[in-house]
Amino acid sequence: MRIGRSLRLTAVALVGTVALAACGGGGDDAGDGGPASLRMTIWTANEQHLALFNQIAEEYRKSHPNVTEIRFDPLPFDTYTTSLTTQIAGGNAPDLAWIFESSAPDFVSSGALLPLDETLRGTDGYQFDDLAPGPLKLWQRDGKLYAYPFSTSPFGVFVNTDLLKRAKQKTPAELIAAGRWDWSTVLAAAAAVQRETGKAGLVIRDFDYKGWDNLSTFWTGWGARAWSEDGKTCGFTAPEMVEAMTTLHRAIFVDKALPGPGTTADFFAGDAAMTITQISRASLLKEDGFGWDLVPLPAGPKGRYAVIGQGGLGVLKQGKHPKAALDFLAYLTNPENSAKLAQFFPPPRQSQLTAETLAKTNPKLTQEQLQQVVIDGITTGVVKPNHTGQAELSQQVRAALDPLWKPDADVKAVLDGVCATIQPLLAK
Amino acid sequence: MSQTEEAAGRGANRPAGGAGGPAPVPVDGSGGSARRPFWTSRRRDQLTGYVFIAPQLFGSAVFVLLPLALVVWYSLHEWNVLAGTFDYVGAENYRALAEDPTLPSVLRATALFSVGLVLCNLSLALLLAVLLNQRLRGTVVFRTLFFSPVVVSLVAWTIVWGFLLQDNGGINGLLDTIGVDGPNWLRGEATAMVSVVVVQVFKNVGLNMVLFLAALQGVPAELYEAAEVDGASRARQFWRITVPLISPTILLTSIITVVGSLQVFAQIAVLTQGGPGTSTTVLVYYLYQQAFQFHHFGYGATLSVLLFVIVLALTVLQWQMRRRWVFHES
Repeated sequence: MRIGRSLRLTAVALVGTVALAACGGGGDDAGDGGPASLRMTIWTANEQHLALFNQIAEEYRKSHPNVTEIRFDPLPFDTYTTSLTTQIAGGNAPDLAWIFESSAPDFVSSGALLPLDETLRGTDGYQFDDLAPGPLKLWQRDGKLYAYPFSTSPFGVFVNTDLLKRAKQKTPAELIAAGRWDWSTVLAAAAAVQRETGKAGLVIRDFDYKGWDNLSTFWTGWGARAWSEDGKTCGFTAPEMVEAMTTLHRAIFVDKALPGPGTTADFFAGDAAMTITQISRASLLKEDGFGWDLVPLPAGPKGRYAVIGQGGLGVLKQGKHPKAALDFLAYLTNPENSAKLAQFFPPPRQSQLTAETLAKTNPKLTQEQLQQVVIDGITTGVVKPNHTGQAELSQQVRAALDPLWKPDADVKAVLDGVCATIQPLLAK
Repeated sequence: MSQTEEAAGRGANRPAGGAGGPAPVPVDGSGGSARRPFWTSRRRDQLTGYVFIAPQLFGSAVFVLLPLALVVWYSLHEWNVLAGTFDYVGAENYRALAEDPTLPSVLRATALFSVGLVLCNLSLALLLAVLLNQRLRGTVVFRTLFFSPVVVSLVAWTIVWGFLLQDNGGINGLLDTIGVDGPNWLRGEATAMVSVVVVQVFKNVGLNMVLFLAALQGVPAELYEAAEVDGASRARQFWRITVPLISPTILLTSIITVVGSLQVFAQIAVLTQGGPGTSTTVLVYYLYQQAFQFHHFGYGATLSVLLFVIVLALTVLQWQMRRRWVFHES
């Protein structure tokens, strides 16, 4: 009995010690005037991206000796938001975080981020009014800006012109000139590449039969959308969506214009003739690789259109040095640094959204490519699907769409199933 | 741990002075009324015991008991990580659990995976152990081959299998050479579950095989000789001698495998992400989705409690059933 009591006492003492240690945690949180070590989570581990970030951070630290370190912490793209929220839950929130457009409504509405307006407007030479209102919309609530739209990147089509020529297909430049850069021509060319060369025709990057929101780069051409503007009504059963998905299904399983489920093909390794992705992926193109072009998304039955993906940069309320983080954000996104970053991440600054300005920092892209894909795209683009509770919605749609990725799928029935599954979540 | 505790227990229960019988007479001649020194031999033994078990006790308290208690505590709350709110909701999460429309399919997938894994793993491990228990040349090589996946990183193993199981992957390539058009393994509901089970079976079958092998080598040879003299066939010898004598190991491996099967995560996360549909969404993966992807930490904790109860119930059931079929236990 005495042993039992002693054991119980020991256990209580141990738990008590741990609890006290936990309560005492965070003692390293120096005041914002004191030394601060900042950490920013980002999705990219690309060396060129990181080199530029680090260069800007070094410049900043020269004039801000109290900031002892600025660390850019790349998290894997696929699990980025999960890793970020896990860090927050574990009491290890970063000071600044990149936020994808898909989780923007969750972050902006939850109160996890600090408003930026006051700091940005109060920073000398910031030119806050230069920020275009369109890209800011997703990141605002009640008139306040909660994240800076760090990258407003339209989707375009990277084309391997060597592969198209091998398959005796016209180049996109020729098709655009002939006014035939549309989905029916592009899917036919993609199918021809597969037939003639054995390589993949078209890859919708990051879709891989799971990341369905990337399909918005396709179905928007038919005027379809995942849900209504107010987010309350499912759009998967709309006739435009059924038509778009029927076309896509046929392209995959009948014409083999796109690689089927479970088949991987990397455009940047030369395995595919065309890929739909964002301008920031241009850094993956090799100097001595294949001949390539970057062109806007093909026209759909509803005409020309553009889809944009956005990345916001926010300061987390639960970070250790919010004030220092706000100040660094203002520096990182000031006109001068914004121009530097524009080569990878198109800024929301109207004065910099000209082909001439962007061309200065985009040696790989021509002024024509920048005008057609980036500037026109940002002006007219529809943002990829986003909604409060997007992660759960996204998972439900993925699971409900799975039966579509079979040769004998009943497209209409599957899409009805998607709406039956997500409508209760949308209506919440 | 049990040995350490046992040792500590033995030390603690041993009478002072290290021998049985009455307490020793004090040597200073002051009689029984003299004040006994605090650090008696018994106390020293107790302290030694506690010191020995302290690291394990500390580890268990911090990494097992405390999280377990916290999970139950979290399950009674709605925890919004982004907003930083943590509100008490009572049994609300448990009510949601009872009404969750996805849960039945998750439990079905979990049961399918566990049953498939336990049956395939144990029968294959036993078969391999029996085959490799023969006095033949080259058995050591095969033992090493079958055991080597156990020491390979789980994620690396799974990623390689992911490539093999692709539609244009190695397995379908092999099938193609013999004129068979293989299925798209990870995209069909039935084949995805079979694939995940097979990947896990090959990963861990070596461990159970080694345990069975050790048990088989402990079966006295004279029992087989006697059975042979009596005219028993090889099959009869296996069922009447081998199985009963290695039954304690069968119990051990079945408990380890059942508990392990309920904790499967990496294979699902890497190979199928719970799909197609929810056909491979097992309980641990569902829990991960709810807590870490959908930010429903309170509900995720509730699912953890459910998992804990299921593991506990199955382990207790297996432990109770041992009297019926484990040799030496009846």
